Amino acid sequence: MKKNWIVLFAFSLLLCGCEAPNTDGLYGTVRIDGSSTVFPITMAVAEEFQKAHPNVNVPVGVSGTGGGFKKFSIGECDINDASRPIKEKEIAKCIELGIEFLEIPVAYDGLSVVTHPDNDFVDQISIEELKKIWHPDSAANSWSQVREGWPDTEIELFGPGSDSGTFDYFTKVVNGKEQLCRSDYMQSEDDNVLVKGVSGDRDSLAFFGYVYYKENEAKLKIVPVSYNGEPAVVPDESSINDGTYKPLSRPIFIYLSSKSAVRPEVQEFVKFYLENAETLVSEVGYVPLPKNEYDKQLLKFEAFVEQSKNNSSSVE
Amino acid sequence: MTSSEHSSAPEFNSRLERRRAFSTIFKNSCAILSWLCIGVLGFLLVHIFSSGWEWISFDFIKNAPSRMPHKAGLFSALMGTIWIIVTTAAIAIPVGVSSALYLEEYAKKNRLNSFIEINISNLAGVPSIVYGILGLTLFVRFMKLGPSVLSGALTLSLLILPVIIIASREAIKAVPNSIRLSAFALGATQFQTVFHHVLPAAMPGIMTGVILALSRAIGETAPILMVGAVAYVSRAPHGIMDGFTALPIQIYNWAREAKVEFEGLAAGGIIVLLLVLFMMNSVAILIRNKTQKAQS
Amino acid sequence: MTEVVAATFRQKTKKSKLIEEGVRCGIFLCALASVLTTFGIILVLAKEAIPFFREVSLVDFLFGTKWNALILPRSFGVLPLLMGTMLIVIGAGLIALPVGLASAIYLSEFASQRVRKTVKPVLEILAGIPTVVYGYFALTGITPILKSFNDEIPVFNALSASIVVAVMILPMVASLCDDALKAVPRSLRDGGYALGSTKTEVSLKIVVPAALSGIVASFVLAFSRAIGETMAVTLAAGGTPKMTLNPLESIQTMTAYIVQVATGDIEHGSISYHSLYAVGGLLFLITLAANLLSYKILKKYREEYE
Repeated sequence: MKKNWIVLFAFSLLLCGCEAPNTDGLYGTVRIDGSSTVFPITMAVAEEFQKAHPNVNVPVGVSGTGGGFKKFSIGECDINDASRPIKEKEIAKCIELGIEFLEIPVAYDGLSVVTHPDNDFVDQISIEELKKIWHPDSAANSWSQVREGWPDTEIELFGPGSDSGTFDYFTKVVNGKEQLCRSDYMQSEDDNVLVKGVSGDRDSLAFFGYVYYKENEAKLKIVPVSYNGEPAVVPDESSINDGTYKPLSRPIFIYLSSKSAVRPEVQEFVKFYLENAETLVSEVGYVPLPKNEYDKQLLKFEAFVEQSKNNSSSVE
Repeated sequence: MTSSEHSSAPEFNSRLERRRAFSTIFKNSCAILSWLCIGVLGFLLVHIFSSGWEWISFDFIKNAPSRMPHKAGLFSALMGTIWIIVTTAAIAIPVGVSSALYLEEYAKKNRLNSFIEINISNLAGVPSIVYGILGLTLFVRFMKLGPSVLSGALTLSLLILPVIIIASREAIKAVPNSIRLSAFALGATQFQTVFHHVLPAAMPGIMTGVILALSRAIGETAPILMVGAVAYVSRAPHGIMDGFTALPIQIYNWAREAKVEFEGLAAGGIIVLLLVLFMMNSVAILIRNKTQKAQS
Repeated sequence: MTEVVAATFRQKTKKSKLIEEGVRCGIFLCALASVLTTFGIILVLAKEAIPFFREVSLVDFLFGTKWNALILPRSFGVLPLLMGTMLIVIGAGLIALPVGLASAIYLSEFASQRVRKTVKPVLEILAGIPTVVYGYFALTGITPILKSFNDEIPVFNALSASIVVAVMILPMVASLCDDALKAVPRSLRDGGYALGSTKTEVSLKIVVPAALSGIVASFVLAFSRAIGETMAVTLAAGGTPKMTLNPLESIQTMTAYIVQVATGDIEHGSISYHSLYAVGGLLFLITLAANLLSYKILKKYREEYE
């Protein structure tokens, strides 16, 4: 039996040498990693791209935005999916290895505030009221403490994990500082799990990405959000797209490395991404940027490619 | 002997009725508990089959993953899992069984060997993600193996090595000493005794340990995720230095998707994973039954 | 003639001595692999945990009662995570160990060959089901059942996670205990029967004590697996670190926290990121202490026959 294992092992070592046959046209690998929030979009683009260019391999990982940036800064991946902008320490790491990057917003995610469908008194909520609930200093426990006339029952809070970009953005906008939040809400990494939580409790209140609300509309009640005294806005494709659902819509990004931008397969991929983002982003359930935004990003991208090419040739 | 001495002797009360009754109650309780375990499995499987069965098709196995539920398939994940498991087995089984043999047959009771023993039982409890961190630092970055099948297999081997060693040791310990003594009496060297007599005798127990260990490896997500198994790739690995994805990662990904069809796909993925496990287990069980029969 | 035979014999003996030494060295190196792994883990954990302990004192870490590693205001007291882990592990152990042992006794002592041949493979398949599946089972299967008893139970709670972890380690305990029990020589059982014992008495008073080392080994393995469990607990128990002994509340374990930070969007290199190595190091030390203890106990009580 052991002999068989040795043979199998040796055989697989032999296979290491084999590679896919090179035909004319684009070939190579475009390595992508990063956030699980951006992943569905990037995966859709990779899928369509590989149909058009079957000799390019586009593997996409989900190590998280932070893990992705780490890999990005040491050249282990070409593109990082990011649900939050790059932070200073991460920029410093890139500079260490001479990597310049381009930040490309690819879609909007509208953070939705939801509650149980049987909840009949929460018809809309303001950012200030959200702050009363979520800020650690006030940390309102019952509905009556938030608005007069609301019942005296205890609010059951759910939300994404405190390590996620979603959490960072929500706390920054509602509480004024990133990661400043009460710590006794029910956290979960998995938004499907949050949906289950909210739909199982009549006094629930939660926030998570728009796409999870959309897929579970029947089990949830959306709460329109008002900002600065303006009338409350319901998040949907158009209000997130044109910016009227504020301040809870946020951009999500991909970051491109200058060292990778000199390769033709990477260039083609990013170009393909921006050209097809509008359709693919909606298909996946996120909200696309306005059309001219994508065109603007394409121009920025092309300039970045030129710059990277010049930099690398001057180094040589 | 007078009758008075007789009557001072204590009555022999065998309480046979009571003991028999207790025996039956105990036996039945154990039986009930065992069937409860089976019942739980049955419930779980029924739950999964009912959600996932409609998604199983030849396309499902042949296709690459896709954002469109009806086009999505498992091929790259299935191939990745097979590559990983075969490589892991090839590494972990020889090293694990050898370690167990060393500790049981060759090692003297000195401090170094006690230290090794304690080490192994400790490593069995380290969370799998810590192995992932170790694998990333040691195999991917330091040894420059990159996010490859080999890195993943090495990491998983480290993870399951303690399980194999501990279970194998128990199996080897249980081999009656008379076998060893009779081999020595016939002039066999230690090598011959251990590898031609003790090892085959311990094979059933070792196979149990190997089955448990490989089953654990096949389902682990966290360590291979850290080592760099990707969440999406459309092709199978070409060699052990290639990148890869695996079934549990694909399942976990589908389970997290917002579209409700993907929940059924995740269940379908689980069914395929269970089938692979089943086939693996059957092979090992066949080996175990054959060797166990040969002994008794 | 005898000279030739004697010479051949001497040559063969020399060759086998070489093989002996070679094999001995080879498998010793294999055994060392585990020691090297431990050193590797300690190195990796220590290197990244040191920056954490430069900013947070050891006392604050070990005795603090609030864990707000990712939320402001920050506080790094590890006791809530520790309590969460212990709650789940002890809960799971209380369910799985007796049931597993009882099933093993049934399989090895009472069940017919036919039953054993079908049930044992089934147990092994149960052992191999990926942990993610159990997590979802917890949410979709167990929590609704618990809720039907008492509506106040939150969706995420420690009891669901304990039950799920128990189901997960049960087949391992049953399978390994069964092997240990089966390995007890028949002569011991026959001796008991010959003296008029019932089957249960033979099982409980003769076979189980004889197989004790194997049984305890399986318990230790199962406990280790329970402590190190991540996915199922993350999904079922939730992610709220809390100091509580109430199994009906949602808590977070050390492993769930490690996974959360390692795969989340946290900036690598920040103090929150380094806290994961501190927690990992603590976990490692705890399992080390538990193992040392069980090792000492085992040495005292192991029975040897033949």
